[in-house]
Amino acid sequence: MALAAPGRRPGEPRRVAYLYILPALLVFGLFVLVPLARTAQFSLYEWNGLGASTWAGLSNYRDLFTEPQLRGAFVHALVLVVFYAVVPVLLGLLLAAAMSRAVLRGMGFFRVVLFLPQVIPMVVVAIAWRQIYEPNGPLNDLLRFVGLDSLARPWLGDYTWALPSVGIVGTWVGTGLCLVLFLAGMSRIPRELYEAARLDGAGPLREFRAITLPSLRGELAVALTLTVIAALKTFDLVYVMTSGGPGTETTVPSYQVYNNAFLLGRVGIATALAVVLTLVVFVATVLINRVGERGQR
Amino acid sequence: MISRGERLANYAVLALFAVIAVYPVLLILQTALSNDQIGGGGSFHVENFADAWDQGHFGSYLRTSVVVAILVVGLSTLFSVLAGYAFGTMRFRGSEVLFYVILLGIMVPAEALVIALYFDLRELGLTNTLVAIVMPQVAQSTAFGTFWMRAYFRGSSREVVEAARIDGAGHWTTLWRILVPMGRPALTTMIVLVFMWTWNEFLIPLIMATDESLRTAPLGLAFFQGQYTSGTALLAAGATLVALPVIVLYLFLQRHFIRGMVEGAVK
Repeated sequence: MALAAPGRRPGEPRRVAYLYILPALLVFGLFVLVPLARTAQFSLYEWNGLGASTWAGLSNYRDLFTEPQLRGAFVHALVLVVFYAVVPVLLGLLLAAAMSRAVLRGMGFFRVVLFLPQVIPMVVVAIAWRQIYEPNGPLNDLLRFVGLDSLARPWLGDYTWALPSVGIVGTWVGTGLCLVLFLAGMSRIPRELYEAARLDGAGPLREFRAITLPSLRGELAVALTLTVIAALKTFDLVYVMTSGGPGTETTVPSYQVYNNAFLLGRVGIATALAVVLTLVVFVATVLINRVGERGQR
Repeated sequence: MISRGERLANYAVLALFAVIAVYPVLLILQTALSNDQIGGGGSFHVENFADAWDQGHFGSYLRTSVVVAILVVGLSTLFSVLAGYAFGTMRFRGSEVLFYVILLGIMVPAEALVIALYFDLRELGLTNTLVAIVMPQVAQSTAFGTFWMRAYFRGSSREVVEAARIDGAGHWTTLWRILVPMGRPALTTMIVLVFMWTWNEFLIPLIMATDESLRTAPLGLAFFQGQYTSGTALLAAGATLVALPVIVLYLFLQRHFIRGMVEGAVK
């Protein structure tokens, strides 16, 4: 090619690099940077999506904190973080620790199966779990079968239980991932460390805190990043399973973004919400990875 | 060494979680093969899939999804390889700043883009087109792909590149004749991930596609679900058809899926 500059090694200054990055930058600029800036701009106006817009300053942001329904969406997101991230990570750690002493055959098979929920389209996951939660679905059948009839209920229509029911689906998606990650991480810890600790008289709890946990920092960071972000960005699941209901019991930030922009005609509120959600995702990602990196040094 | 009992207990725990992981999938499959009509006999109603394909319009939804996936995967792979090559092997002014901007872009949730994008594209008369569904996903996947391919090109062997140079290969030839063929594993992982994200994407087509003819598979499924009560055979058959391509690909390339999601955890 004519642009070739013979005799230069990679890593050396090159003008032609700009040509190579041009398509990526163009598409990135047009479809990420510009819309992002426009979102920030929209968030400062009051607009119903059709007519004229009026300058609103930061009042849309104020509404996020004062309107109970909008604030509620963030509270629900926090609850989902517990179900999507905290429970799977703790469960994964506990199980992996319990299994760490064994060299198990057939892990390949279990890895494939346990990781499966991660790849299935969320809409399909939502449809499967809707069926499980049906008034006459498998969950209530099971409860009645074991004699717990009083616990059976229309889970997704129940004001108290709808949000945890959605959360459990997140737990289902995340637990396999955490278990697979932690088991892989533990198999890399040298056996001698545990033997030495045992000679020093360390119990299982000390062993876990002194050896297992520090060695798994990297895996913990990965697991938390994936699950926390999935929790904060929950949309498909709520859209298909509950549409935010009953009432507004299962609304989440992403759902309120969609709802306000396209159903309520409050584009300013929707975009302000999107900006805040983006900031929360950024901060969460950076914080989690800071903690993960510090441990590896 | 651990005792036999402990080993058995470990397998029991793993088996329990494996059952929980596959149960919802099997439930859908079982419902898809069941019979809705009262009085019908038999136990494997494969015709449900044909009904979902035709009457449920899943054939059309899947076709749209295939077109969208080919465009997103194709374009973002090309752009990522080119950009990753430059960021990974060349030095140029502003490379660090530009790279960090792209890296930040990986973290931006689609929610922060689609609202503004929808109204701006509407001004241009571009909503409800393939462009509106495909390009935002190309942009997001290119951000991830550039990050991913840069890591590969950085780690690629200097000696090989220099040998090519001595043989008179320019940077363009070096990229396509040597580095890309050598980077098949990294490329496969990236393609598999982008395909999965694109296939499963819901929010962007939900907002951008108003015509039924432009509905992707997950979108079509969600609308279908809204019309019928859950637990019906046709809905489950549709859900199976929507999930099948990703699951089959996953079963063949599971290492790429797992490695990619773990190493690319930034997204």
